[in-house]
Amino acid sequence: MTLQEIARLVDGEIVCGAERAQEVIEYGFASDLMSDVLTQKRSNFLLITGLANIQTIRTAEISDAQYILFVRRKKATPDMLKLAADNDMTLIQSPFSMFKAAGILYSAGLKPVY
Amino acid sequence: MQLTFHVQGGDFTRAGDAASQVKKTLKLLNIDPGITKRVVVALYEAEVNIVAHACRGVITADIDPEQIRLRLEDEGPGIADIEQAMQRGFSTASPKVREMGFGAGMGLPNILENADRLDIDSVVGKGTTLTITVALQ
Repeated sequence: MTLQEIARLVDGEIVCGAERAQEVIEYGFASDLMSDVLTQKRSNFLLITGLANIQTIRTAEISDAQYILFVRRKKATPDMLKLAADNDMTLIQSPFSMFKAAGILYSAGLKPVY
Repeated sequence: MQLTFHVQGGDFTRAGDAASQVKKTLKLLNIDPGITKRVVVALYEAEVNIVAHACRGVITADIDPEQIRLRLEDEGPGIADIEQAMQRGFSTASPKVREMGFGAGMGLPNILENADRLDIDSVVGKGTTLTITVALQ
């Protein structure tokens, strides 16, 4: 599904990288633990997380996860937005819980990385 | 080619700068994306370990046609029991480190998994040196 569809499904707002809204995402992974994210072998997945700090962006960059969905009303700070923009990433913010967002996206066809 | 980076303990705003720079360099050198990911994940985990546990450290990345060799030398508390530190789930991380999404005892095992060779040399009260080697061939 496209980033635009993902944002719509989770009542979200694309706050960085909106020009990539039509890019298609196949896989998702949800975690607040960045060490878990770093064990993922797959690239180009949607990271669903409630952890909003500069290391979330760094971890996604290093893990080749170009797309992040922040849940639980977490907001990206200006520093996070700048680092994400520097690395051509797309950030979406959603008011939903991680469980609700992941459940909706899974039901809509987003595949788990494992 | 050799790249050198200085890392400050406790400075989470810059943790990952070295891994990010190495990633961009490997991309410019057209290194296989799968190998690049293994290198930068191992480097990032080790860089976060310096920020989380040490006072300061120096990272050196040697890139040659056969291999990439990362050396991370820190001044810090050292590791008393390396075998225990390598156990998945063992951690001495502070609450602040855990708030950043780390400190679950997964760093060293993940470095080992991504490296072709990992050497750890540590002296309690002085510091730790990690040498991570990833083959390019």
